[in-house]
Amino acid sequence: MTAKALLCRCEDVTLDEVDAAIDAGSHDIESVKRYTGFGTGWCQGKQCVVACARRIAERTGRAPELPITPRPPLHPVPLGLLAKLPPEEPR
Amino acid sequence: MSARVIVLGAGIMGLATAYDLAKRGARVLVVDRSYLCGGASGRNGGGVRAQFSSETNIRLMRESIAICRDFATTMGINVWFRQGGYLFLTRSAAKARALEENVAMQNRCGLPTRMVAPSELRAIVPDLSPEGVVAASFNGGDGVVFPWPFLWGYAKAAAALGAELRTFTEVVGFERSGGRITGVRLRPTRPSPLDGGDTVLAAGDAYVEPCDEVVLCTGAWSPKVAAMAGIALPNHPHRHEICATEPLKPFLGPLVADLTDGLYFSQSMRGEIVGGVGVDPVPEGINQQSSRAFLAKYARSLTRAVPRLERVRVLRQWAGCYDLTPDGSPIVGRVPDPSNLTLACGFMGHGFMMAPVMGKLLGEHVHTGVTSELFAQWSLDRFARGALLRETMIIG
Repeated sequence: MTAKALLCRCEDVTLDEVDAAIDAGSHDIESVKRYTGFGTGWCQGKQCVVACARRIAERTGRAPELPITPRPPLHPVPLGLLAKLPPEEPR
Repeated sequence: MSARVIVLGAGIMGLATAYDLAKRGARVLVVDRSYLCGGASGRNGGGVRAQFSSETNIRLMRESIAICRDFATTMGINVWFRQGGYLFLTRSAAKARALEENVAMQNRCGLPTRMVAPSELRAIVPDLSPEGVVAASFNGGDGVVFPWPFLWGYAKAAAALGAELRTFTEVVGFERSGGRITGVRLRPTRPSPLDGGDTVLAAGDAYVEPCDEVVLCTGAWSPKVAAMAGIALPNHPHRHEICATEPLKPFLGPLVADLTDGLYFSQSMRGEIVGGVGVDPVPEGINQQSSRAFLAKYARSLTRAVPRLERVRVLRQWAGCYDLTPDGSPIVGRVPDPSNLTLACGFMGHGFMMAPVMGKLLGEHVHTGVTSELFAQWSLDRFARGALLRETMIIG
């Protein structure tokens, strides 16, 4: 892989940016997510989290980590549709 | 030998204080139970405003905004500061009168805030529906930032001055002698497999770090941590939810906040509409989970305010905890016993924006031991004395 290989396509996060985050002291996946912004775009990490977790494991020598905390909704949903949801939490 | 200060909590309040103390020559250790940006400092909407109701908060926030404006230059990190103003709306006559009084107070403090008639709203936000809005106020000097780089900026600058930051390290107790804390008992943690770090598990044996001073900046966790030092705080955590949409071309200048239902929204520098709304009731205690009820209420409230956003999609939602006090004002300063413990908590959901100025004031207080008029006013014993304060401009 080249240094400019895209690990997160939604947010244009490259391999060398993930490496830079790790070198700057972010050694866990939640910290690297916050430092690079990977997983915060259109797919919310569905496409990139495995590649990023693997890179952190390779670089830090730690076992691969849990995924980042998943954020709802599962897929992007229009505000107009959400506005029609019942106000109560489903049981 | 310089004083050894342990700062509890690596949110922006703890890091800004650590940075100031390190500048004053203290040997500083900052600990945090989780990763950097894991608490409210990494979960808030990034608003910075001087539109408050009390003179104290207005003056402090003017200074904080000035620090935000210079942050990129002085700290060498881009915090995406954008002064698009804050537009407060209200849909009730009673709140409209309160808003007018607040604007008058802000004007006396030198802010250019002005009342905006509903018919003028579209001159500020072309897509905003004036329907049901009774009154509004606008201050163009307020703005938004991207919260995360503030923490990295303070952490890096503090480290360059010799401060140590230890994440994934929780406080489990205090060693005390003669009315003072002589050491903080710490324990390594790791993220819980259930929620990737919103909660943490013990990951090693506890050990003691000796100290001369302790500063408690643990936000919503403050009552729990203070209790370990024998201090009963009247604060309680209160979950607030927030979400972000897909990015749009820049179209929204100010952060818009509706004082009637707690709706607020702004456009981040990467184009997302970031906002939230007040939800009642919320689960007790620390809770950083998301709810569908929030999304439904936010979507209704936001599409009423800006109907054109109907087809815009929500990408993600998350939550963090406000640290609420009974009178809407923070609890700050040294306590009598243990005498080397300084509190900095209860910031009511605007601790992030206040931290840049508070870091300097806390650093001075801890370093010199001198209690300013402000800290006397904000002291914990005001609840016992019945000297409560008042702040009404709280969103959500």
